[in-house]
Amino acid sequence: MILSVITVASVSKTNMRRNYHLLILLFPVVFWLVCFFLLPLVSVFIYSFLERGTYGGVQWNFTLENYQRLFDGLYLGILWRSASTALVCTAICLLLGYPFAYYLARYKPKHRSILLLLVVVPFWTNFLIRTYAWILILRTEGLLNSLLGSVFPNWSPLELLNTPFAVQIGLVYGYLPFMILPLYAALEQLDMSLLEAAQDLGASPRRAFWHVTVPLSLPGILAGSMLVFIPTVGAFLTPDLLGGGKVSYIGNVIERQFKTARDWPFGSSLSFMLMGIVLVSTVLYFRALQQDESKAT
Amino acid sequence: MKRILEVNIGLVFLFLYVPILAVVIFSFNSGEQISVWEGFTFGWYAKLFEDEALWRACRNSLMVAGVATVIATVIGTAAALAIERYRFRFRTALVRYLYLPIIIPDIVLAIALLTFYVQVRIPLGLITVIIAHGVFNIAYVTIVVRARLQGYDNTLEEAARDLGANEWQTFWRITLPLIASGIIGGALLAFTLSIDDFVITFFTAGVGYTTLSVHIYSLLKFGITPKINAISTMLLANSIVFILLFLWFQGGATTSKKQNAQ
Repeated sequence: MILSVITVASVSKTNMRRNYHLLILLFPVVFWLVCFFLLPLVSVFIYSFLERGTYGGVQWNFTLENYQRLFDGLYLGILWRSASTALVCTAICLLLGYPFAYYLARYKPKHRSILLLLVVVPFWTNFLIRTYAWILILRTEGLLNSLLGSVFPNWSPLELLNTPFAVQIGLVYGYLPFMILPLYAALEQLDMSLLEAAQDLGASPRRAFWHVTVPLSLPGILAGSMLVFIPTVGAFLTPDLLGGGKVSYIGNVIERQFKTARDWPFGSSLSFMLMGIVLVSTVLYFRALQQDESKAT
Repeated sequence: MKRILEVNIGLVFLFLYVPILAVVIFSFNSGEQISVWEGFTFGWYAKLFEDEALWRACRNSLMVAGVATVIATVIGTAAALAIERYRFRFRTALVRYLYLPIIIPDIVLAIALLTFYVQVRIPLGLITVIIAHGVFNIAYVTIVVRARLQGYDNTLEEAARDLGANEWQTFWRITLPLIASGIIGGALLAFTLSIDDFVITFFTAGVGYTTLSVHIYSLLKFGITPKINAISTMLLANSIVFILLFLWFQGGATTSKKQNAQ
């Protein structure tokens, strides 16, 4: 009896200590994320239902107008352009990145880490600079036009900068490493004996690739596609610098509402919609991942 | 088939590196045009040293990144320890929520913070930028430190406690040195991301508080001169140093893991 009282007391004491430790470890992160992430999200949400003030600022009147405006043909068009550009970007990154990661994962381990490092360098390099590099190449008196001019004497310089093409190429350039790294991680873990087994059972290399390699690397494909699609759909910098503000994407429209048009409530409703798109694609991603896992087991 | 793969590798590397190399090469160009070669010079680098605005921006960037990194490293490491070492009720929810700041597009986080600051009347300055960088840096540090904690062996801590060390001693003498490489790696990543960030800084900095990225942006928008090539090359050299440091610490992590395994 006494013994059990003592053990209960000591258990509750260690439990208290445990909870105390946990509180110290978790309080800062919870505090920071609630104050500076959750509340700001609530704040945009509130802003998106307010009226625009006459001289900037907001009027505290409830309205749904900011959401009604989203269904204007103009903004639906901009949304469609952003989403389709992001999808094309994801597809191009996958097409370039998959064979790349596949080859890398089978490369001699000694040199592999150097090649991998070469993929990582752009990831650590300032995004502004990587975008600027394409201004250097694509502008009318830029490197591409002067190269083509020296090959073809009658070359008349093309206007490449400030076009949707420039934006697309800048986005692929910016986010390709985000596709390659998860693909590489998935393909590197792939058990080669499964491929040998498939071929021993009479599958052609192509059939083995589509029926063994691709399904097994699906988590990498999904993760890479997410990491490319999400930042590109809301991209602001690339369309701004390489599109020259001539073609509108959702990121630029949001920036304009806050920096020049001074229509904060409408800008807030636009970013809420952008966040909606991102959250829906995240949920779809986790669904697909779960389905893939349940198929595997 | 192999040939196609090799060609693809070559093309991807060309695609990734030709633009960067072009910037580096043209930073030594003596002409006034950013992309027409005229002759070799170090002149643009010399000009950087006279550029007061650039240095002010650099100082601001270093301060923001430094403070945000320290905050994020402490908070992120604590969060990683809690997530990996304890089982508690809202653990899964916390893990999911923690990664949200890096999942949502930069611009959404940026304007969320901007509207929040305005609503609670926090004047925009450098502190508002530091707070904002803290949000995404905490998430990155947590990811890196968690990865380090997952690959490590608890028996050393148990041994220390069996030998009479109290929890505090065990933490300082055993746990911290073992995960130090992960913490430093996370801090290096946080520092780099903070220096490189443009979008979030652009919206949360007060007027007159220019960081390096915002300074470069305004140069790109309102007057591209060959000086940008020189600034870019310096930053590029900087990030290569940082990656090498990061990998060196991560490499240290894998070798000590192997030693643990033996």
